Amino acid sequence: MAYNLKEVVANKPARFTAGHRMCAGCGAPVVGRMVLRALKEDDHAVICNATGCMEVSTFIYPYTAWTDSFIHTAFENAGATLSGVEAAYRAMKRQNKLSGKDTKFIAFGGDGGTYDIGLQSLSGAMERGHDMVYVCYDNGAYMNTGIQRSSATPRFADTTTSPAGKVIPGKMQSRKDLAQVMAAHHLPYVAQTIAVNNFKDLYEKSEKAIYTEGPCFLNVLAPCPRGWGYATEDLMQINKLAVETCYWPLYEVINGKYIVNYKPAKKLPIEEFLKPQKRFKHMFKPGNEWMIEEFQKEVDNRWEELLKLEEATK
Amino acid sequence: MSIRERLSGNEAAAIAMKQINPDVVAAFPITPSTEIPQYFSTFVSNGAVDTEFVAVESEHSAMSACIGAEAAGGRAMTATSANGLSLMWEMIYIASSLRLPIVMSLVNRAVSGPLNIHNDHSDAMGVRDAGWVMLFSENNQEAYDNLLMAHRIAENSNVRLPLMVCQDGFITSHSIENIELEEDEFVKKFVGTYKPEHYLLNDKEPIAVGPLDLQAYLFEHKAQQAEAMKNAKKVILEVAEEFEKATGRKYSFFEEYRMEDAEYVIVCMNSTAGTAKYTADLLRNKGVKAGVLKIRVFRPFPAEEIAKSLTKAKAVAVLDKADGLNAVGGPLFTDVTSAMYVNDVKVPTVNYIYGIGGRDTKADDIEKVYNDLAEIAKSGKVENPYRYLGLRRDK
Repeated sequence: MAYNLKEVVANKPARFTAGHRMCAGCGAPVVGRMVLRALKEDDHAVICNATGCMEVSTFIYPYTAWTDSFIHTAFENAGATLSGVEAAYRAMKRQNKLSGKDTKFIAFGGDGGTYDIGLQSLSGAMERGHDMVYVCYDNGAYMNTGIQRSSATPRFADTTTSPAGKVIPGKMQSRKDLAQVMAAHHLPYVAQTIAVNNFKDLYEKSEKAIYTEGPCFLNVLAPCPRGWGYATEDLMQINKLAVETCYWPLYEVINGKYIVNYKPAKKLPIEEFLKPQKRFKHMFKPGNEWMIEEFQKEVDNRWEELLKLEEATK
Repeated sequence: MSIRERLSGNEAAAIAMKQINPDVVAAFPITPSTEIPQYFSTFVSNGAVDTEFVAVESEHSAMSACIGAEAAGGRAMTATSANGLSLMWEMIYIASSLRLPIVMSLVNRAVSGPLNIHNDHSDAMGVRDAGWVMLFSENNQEAYDNLLMAHRIAENSNVRLPLMVCQDGFITSHSIENIELEEDEFVKKFVGTYKPEHYLLNDKEPIAVGPLDLQAYLFEHKAQQAEAMKNAKKVILEVAEEFEKATGRKYSFFEEYRMEDAEYVIVCMNSTAGTAKYTADLLRNKGVKAGVLKIRVFRPFPAEEIAKSLTKAKAVAVLDKADGLNAVGGPLFTDVTSAMYVNDVKVPTVNYIYGIGGRDTKADDIEKVYNDLAEIAKSGKVENPYRYLGLRRDK
């Protein structure tokens, strides 16, 4: 059945409820809610969350925004924690200790908890083949502790540990490409997505990831108004620009086969994405044109590389 | 009917785990506990257990996976040593705060650094206030028996705390000794099935585990943990009584060896107790009233009972297989002496740090301690209560 936002929203009650304390204009709750909407209504789910903005804003004792079973233990171990839950499920199911419903396992982690401190735990969980989906909501820095750079932070971004100063103009290193790292684990399903176009891409990829047996990974760009410096109401516009400039290509890797899901007819220049964000403001000062050029070059190279991968795995 | 066997401490632990048949075992290899997951994965591969074995990529993940599995509603077990436990440290606290009755075999080894693979108790002492019930074992038999009793203690509704069973690395873990095993059926019945009240995999009642717990509630939650640890004392004795009825093997908070009229008492844990008992026997033959107080239950710390047991002694030596690095003494010494002080027991007491990094502790060393105690008893004074035993610069 073709995707229809109205039908999805009307027919599937939100499993991630209102009342959480995430910021207005934050991309993460939008992602969380839509990923969970892709669950079949009858399925039970266990959600695991790495420490981060999402966790500390959604489960403050004694309140929770999660209607499914939920576990948070620490920052760097969502992969391992959920591995344990899934292993118990298999063992208990085999011994007829559990009744009825199918249970799905979904982990959420920010880029800090996924690209950096949680990478080992994630890699281990994926390699061991647990039947789970790990969703990284990538906002490109340690936002929960106050906007420190991570390995997901784009080059030149101004963060509190890579401040744009008089000598060093922001983060000097390029962003890690985590979706590629995960693809190198030879998983059945890896995808990069974002909340655009009525969530079609995000919803469909979530559904595929959840209902593909084995370890699956979703990398979802989730802008942060505080860290990126855009007006809260501009969230969806920022998402759109990330895709139209090819900063954040939408693609999936299905059993090693690359599929680029969207190729803009006219790729927008990267300035369009950079300009509305305060973290890149210094790049637009006279004399810093080279930074924009370098940034554009990197976006172009990565885009070309992706197209080649699609071609090579056809 | 018990079965007579000859097993190493690691084999004994692995067989206990097989008979317990937990839902999940998540472990990472580290000397000297590596054999436990090795033996156990053979049981898994041969279909001898129903367990999912999760061969994690680190000990941090081992404990994380155990937490996930136990919160899910399963029984989870692991084994580790030294740096493995150090890497778990963050999760050790989280396991107890989530009130998950995970059971661990801790095969004691010196914590780095520098790197050393041999036995001392610095690993266990590093987590002594992390909210785990901690049982120590003199030999393979006690390591086995403690594991059979572990779940009954940890899962009791008045306790609900994780539990670790300690045994000495190499000295116990790799020495083959006689042992009495219990029948599989007996163990299955004695341990019972795990029926958690609330668990993640219950699709009729979703739950949320591991909140952000701020000023309004954390204090009360920590106090509940402390209360559970107090409750564990009663449960440990009840389980031991039931175990004794079935097997004839008696356990309590500690073992009192020739303590009835002992004037000179050595307090210690794990395998050293064997050497101490042997030495006490030799001295008794010479008319010296030597005794041994071997602590089995280190957490909860049976302070009142220990103090009471030491009332009649003329001098006491507490042997610590981990230094305190605090300019005062080892952790067992500070616990025992504060127990004595609070319970108004005034006996001269001295501390010996010994066996660090696997340094051998022989009957001669123990005899030296008893000789020192006789002198202390005579003078009534303890010059320098913080001493070393078997350290080369020691004269």
